[in-house]
Amino acid sequence: MEANTRSTGRLPAAFLTPGSSSFMDFLSEHQPEILPGNRQLPPTQGVIEAPHGTTIVAATFPGGVVLAGDRRATMGNVIAQRDIEKVFPADEYSAVGIAGTAGLAVEMVKLFQLELEHFEKVEGAQLSLEGKANRLSTMIRSNLGMAMQGLAVVPLFAGYDVDRGKGRIFSYDVTGGRSEELNYAATGSGSIFARGAMKKLFRDDLSEAEATTLVIQALYDAADDDSATGGPDVARRIYPIVTVITDDGFRRLTETEASEIARSILERRLEQPDGPRAALL
Amino acid sequence: MSTPFYVSPQQAMADRAEYARKGIARGRSLVVLQFADGIVFVGENPSRALHKFSEIYDRIGFAAAGKYNEYENLRIGGVRYADLRGYTYDRDDVTARGLANVYAQTLGTIFSSAAEKPYEVELVVAEVGETPEGDQIYRLPHDGSIVDEHGSVAVGGNAEQISTYLDQRHQEGMTLAEALKLAVQALSRDTNGSEREIPAERLEVAVLDRTRPQKRKFRRITGGQLSRLLDAANGGGTEDAGSEDAE
Repeated sequence: MEANTRSTGRLPAAFLTPGSSSFMDFLSEHQPEILPGNRQLPPTQGVIEAPHGTTIVAATFPGGVVLAGDRRATMGNVIAQRDIEKVFPADEYSAVGIAGTAGLAVEMVKLFQLELEHFEKVEGAQLSLEGKANRLSTMIRSNLGMAMQGLAVVPLFAGYDVDRGKGRIFSYDVTGGRSEELNYAATGSGSIFARGAMKKLFRDDLSEAEATTLVIQALYDAADDDSATGGPDVARRIYPIVTVITDDGFRRLTETEASEIARSILERRLEQPDGPRAALL
Repeated sequence: MSTPFYVSPQQAMADRAEYARKGIARGRSLVVLQFADGIVFVGENPSRALHKFSEIYDRIGFAAAGKYNEYENLRIGGVRYADLRGYTYDRDDVTARGLANVYAQTLGTIFSSAAEKPYEVELVVAEVGETPEGDQIYRLPHDGSIVDEHGSVAVGGNAEQISTYLDQRHQEGMTLAEALKLAVQALSRDTNGSEREIPAERLEVAVLDRTRPQKRKFRRITGGQLSRLLDAANGGGTEDAGSEDAE
């Protein structure tokens, strides 16, 4: 079967059989062994050591949503990678950020992007935002076996809902349980600190520029208190990845844009290490 | 038991080819041409939902004339082939040449197998390159042969006549509006040489645009954008298509 995709022979019958518009459904019938969820795991003792991605944050603003992530991957108490990318476009109007086992998560994102693109090409129309969020749920659920062995993937999904005309955020647990978050959300080891920061800073009338500052502030606070989350690395010029999704579609802030915000935050933190203060009452 | 009549292989193949050609000729022709920034697909199609052109992969587009259910099946097969290949290896490993080969093998096997009826389709697989020199256009007739085309190509019932018309007038480095105008002129000519009007809402137009910042270069041109382009082309007025740019 594998040979069919490599050789220049005719398309195998499965390719020409009318069926689902889902790429994963096609794979599970035609070549189930390459789907990540079908992998047979040997019995293991203890936790498998693999690089972990840490903190992802998201916040909505009128007209869109921002999704951002720090750049650190850790393996135990070692920094495995300083410039990992954990936020990806899922399609034109949505993005996904991943915390958890980096290797599996990146693979899941790749398959998720393909799933959305495949549907769009076959059907000639995009899935609804709910549909996309549910598809991601299914993928996480199929990873449950691995999650039980410590290889969990916990994404944060954000997108612009073209039907409702607003940005929306969905968070997940390891079992694939999905919940829509109001205003802001975070996932990963630094998420508790990031969420605390956003709780104090969030307002529902933020501009796009303010929302991008908000998420970088939150990532700074996460890095401040969680050793697995990386702060802006000025010396190496590694800054958080920030993406914005509006009715214009997906856009990733350039390195210059992200560095400008990160540097101005750093500047302020030199005077006020704990960041902006919220009113007491 | 009676002995079946002997039919020579030549005759059998000629019959099958004629059957397929007749089927294809029932559909309307379509054209694919290169312009400065990519490749444009133009065809007459009264339906808004059933497309003749579509995206296969990042830089690869698909066009088909003939029987809808048959080419739709091949199109989805191609999307599955491309997506699976890109997933197993890398996105760069999906090429129009590879896809054209798979289609050729598929059509060829069906054409020469006595158990199946030949497909009544003619396909075009096109890939836009970084530069016009890198563009690839393959035409796949019903029998599974592959023709490597340059500049312009027409498929469907009236293809030969349209091709000749295009070959004489197509130039390198045309703007999108100029290429579109030429395509519409070619399509509006009837077999007997008379011209008819094709209204914009009956046109299906899509491009593989190499200047698009996204990885996926395929986009449809519809509605206001299409009428603006057609206006720009007609504003450019003269027979030899002026150098006026599209808005």
